[in-house]
Amino acid sequence: MLNKSNNNAPMTLLQVTNISKKFGDFYANDNLNLSIETGKVHALLGENGAGKSTLVKMMYGALQPTSGSIFWQGQETLIASPAHARELGIGMVFQHFSLFEALTVAENISLALPVQLRQGDLSQRIADLSLDYGLPLNPAALVADLSVGERQRIEIVRCLLQQPKLLIMDEPTAVLTPQEAQALFSTLRRLVEEGCAVLYISHRLEEVKQICHDATILRHGKLVAEVDPKVETAATLAQLMVGSSVHQVSRDANGEIGEVLLSLSHLYQTSSAPFGVDLVDVNLQVKSGEILAIAGVAGNGQGELFSVISGEERNPQQHFISLLGQVSDGLNINQRRLLGAAFVPEERMGHGAVEHLSLTNNILLSRHACNDEGSSLDRGWFGIDRRQLAQLNKAISINYDVRKSREDDVAGSLSGGNLQKFVVGRELNRKPKVLVINQPTWGVDAGAAALIRQAVIDLSRQGSAILIISQDLDEIFELADTIAVISRGQLSPSYAASELSREKIGLMMAGSHEQTAQAFGA
Amino acid sequence: MNKLRKHLELNVQLILEKRPQSSGLMNLFSPLLAIVLTVVVGGLIFAAMGKPPLTALYLYFIDPLTSWWSVEEVLVKAGPLVLIGVGLAVCFKANVWNIGAEGQLTVGALMGAIIPILWGEWQSPLALLAMLCLGALGGALFALIPAWLKTHFGVNEILTSLMLVYIAQLLLDWFVRGPWKDPNGYNFPKSVSFEGWHLLPMWGDGRMHLGLIVSLVAALVLFWIMRHTLKGFEINVVGSAPRAGTFAGFSQTKMVWFCFALSGGLAGLAGLIEVAGPIGQLQPQISPNYGFTAIIVAFLGRLNPLGVIFAGILLAISYIGGEGIQIELGISSKITQMFQGMLLFFILMCDTLILYQLKWISTKPNQPTSGHAS
Repeated sequence: MLNKSNNNAPMTLLQVTNISKKFGDFYANDNLNLSIETGKVHALLGENGAGKSTLVKMMYGALQPTSGSIFWQGQETLIASPAHARELGIGMVFQHFSLFEALTVAENISLALPVQLRQGDLSQRIADLSLDYGLPLNPAALVADLSVGERQRIEIVRCLLQQPKLLIMDEPTAVLTPQEAQALFSTLRRLVEEGCAVLYISHRLEEVKQICHDATILRHGKLVAEVDPKVETAATLAQLMVGSSVHQVSRDANGEIGEVLLSLSHLYQTSSAPFGVDLVDVNLQVKSGEILAIAGVAGNGQGELFSVISGEERNPQQHFISLLGQVSDGLNINQRRLLGAAFVPEERMGHGAVEHLSLTNNILLSRHACNDEGSSLDRGWFGIDRRQLAQLNKAISINYDVRKSREDDVAGSLSGGNLQKFVVGRELNRKPKVLVINQPTWGVDAGAAALIRQAVIDLSRQGSAILIISQDLDEIFELADTIAVISRGQLSPSYAASELSREKIGLMMAGSHEQTAQAFGA
Repeated sequence: MNKLRKHLELNVQLILEKRPQSSGLMNLFSPLLAIVLTVVVGGLIFAAMGKPPLTALYLYFIDPLTSWWSVEEVLVKAGPLVLIGVGLAVCFKANVWNIGAEGQLTVGALMGAIIPILWGEWQSPLALLAMLCLGALGGALFALIPAWLKTHFGVNEILTSLMLVYIAQLLLDWFVRGPWKDPNGYNFPKSVSFEGWHLLPMWGDGRMHLGLIVSLVAALVLFWIMRHTLKGFEINVVGSAPRAGTFAGFSQTKMVWFCFALSGGLAGLAGLIEVAGPIGQLQPQISPNYGFTAIIVAFLGRLNPLGVIFAGILLAISYIGGEGIQIELGISSKITQMFQGMLLFFILMCDTLILYQLKWISTKPNQPTSGHAS
């Protein structure tokens, strides 16, 4: 059965025919056909909610198709479970890693391997294999001490130890610096040269053009095109994904830059989470009419920075934070909102919004203490002012194009893009003087992203100070007037966006500014 | 040939598949299904004991409702179950796990009994009011111990609140055998009998008391709070999405204090109502595990204060029915606890079906030894 031929002529490894997956009345995948060949990187493209994850989960045995079949090496196969998929030779690197931070690299890998692969000197094998593929890893290192890029390497090495024939990668570069991404691409090229197949899920079109041989594009659960990404342009690919041409964000000449509305000076904060990142001597200033973007690889203190500015995490003895000229360290999040600040957290589900609550209740979530125009939404024993909430909901839906099946739908039934428009719109609708927004368009389709970015720019041109935390360099260059980079809890000085190149930011993301910051901090 | 084998090896397996959305229908039907399963399995157990299952089930579940006397008795038992159950329902909704209502009930009864035992001569409606307040205060203060341990030291509140139950019960035991023993009570471990305004107003055949109205009012008020006010919204959000709760500016710590104070206060009130109502004095045993049974009541009532009223009545029937079949069929009344245990077990089991559905899938393995993920 194991057909280890060394000839490099591409042959079909996995084929999906007429596969559909239905959730209730909704077709997440509708009659899809796809075939993956050995020795090629196959891209799976589509907006959020296009059905990419559903399709991949069926290939990896985590979901069972409603109809249709999967052929593995020419044989119809029912992939019963992820363990079965791994046995067949399908490996998958997920977007969110499942690693134990308190264990070493070797221990983490050992835990996930079948017993027969744990024998012998696993550490040595990890070291050899990782070096061989250009993914250097120290098997004895604690996961907690590793960067996100290194953590991803663990997951990849874990898959490679099982000698997969097909490697599925879900948005692998979302957490990497540009330099780390290039290193990953050489590994992938090496793998396909050895006859492995790679299924590469992404919505970063430039990198798809760079490394993929085939591309399958999904939209609304249907297959819209099979193309050769090398001959397409990023614009034509985007058009296929979205179904229409994407609206370009427009930035008129810079508005007037005014007084400082948000400033952090010498902020130190010890993280309360077990393996969180401590913030060290963070200084920044955002002026009226200015958009400051903080770039950085995920897990370098962005979450901690957001929660200390929002007041979710507090440090009341100090004088680090000033909002609209007022020392705010001792204020809670609602008192900061009352000053005129608004916050959009990174996770829309579970943090910015509650899945099972209606949209009006989700408006209440961040507005119950500060309803700027109207009267208080909370009328004590007389209950909540539902009528005002319904009006707010209507206004937000119209102004920010929130599409939903019912007027007051539950948050969980909105698509990612629409929910993000809602969560951002809920705050922008208040016309806040200071807006702090973490990952404004993370995992959002291109149409929604353009709308959100435009709305943020418009707000800044009306004289608000805006702080954006983002991992997406395209977004940062599209929006920012000034840019700073965060790495291991330290923030670089801010530079005008025009002074910086991608390469320079990439180096700063990897920590090149830390030395100087430390020198100043001491 | 190969193809034929494939068909022969076709086997079928039952899997639990996550529903895309939680099922509203199952949310309603899960408790009903649990009740049906409890009755069926209960009948099987009666049969296995050599008792006529249908007669036994009739005596257990229906007979208590056939005479006014026993209906009153059911209501008297439902009173404390509902009062404690609504407090616990709010607690559990907020993801705070107070398992020690039985202990809070006991301390509430002790605190409230201060007035009849130490100031027996104070006879006025105000004395009764003071007893009710002291009862609630005692339960609430006792419940704040696990709240404090949780918020300051991160100690799991399930363990501490449960362990404090035994401390409370030993405390009561010590009081009624020691300082608060009735000097004219022939050395029985009982306090003086409460009299006059130290007892709740009673009516009916002399067992129905004011406590039932307190329970009903508490359930209705909490229903309003949970359904319509910002506090109810806060409880829901903090319980189901703690990070969103932080984003809304709701404090988790304050929520722990609030929930323990509320549920402890209501349990303490229930304890005082028991000793100032049906019992009429302090004694070593003042509750047939109302505090624990109320946990089942809260879940069976879907953590909804109105649902808790019905669940409280059902569980009250299980107490009366248990006594009934002990008399009629000679089955130990311990059967009550078995039925209550089964009921909780089946509710938790059926609740799985709200988020998951059972599905038969046929597997056509072409690799017979396929591993299955956990």
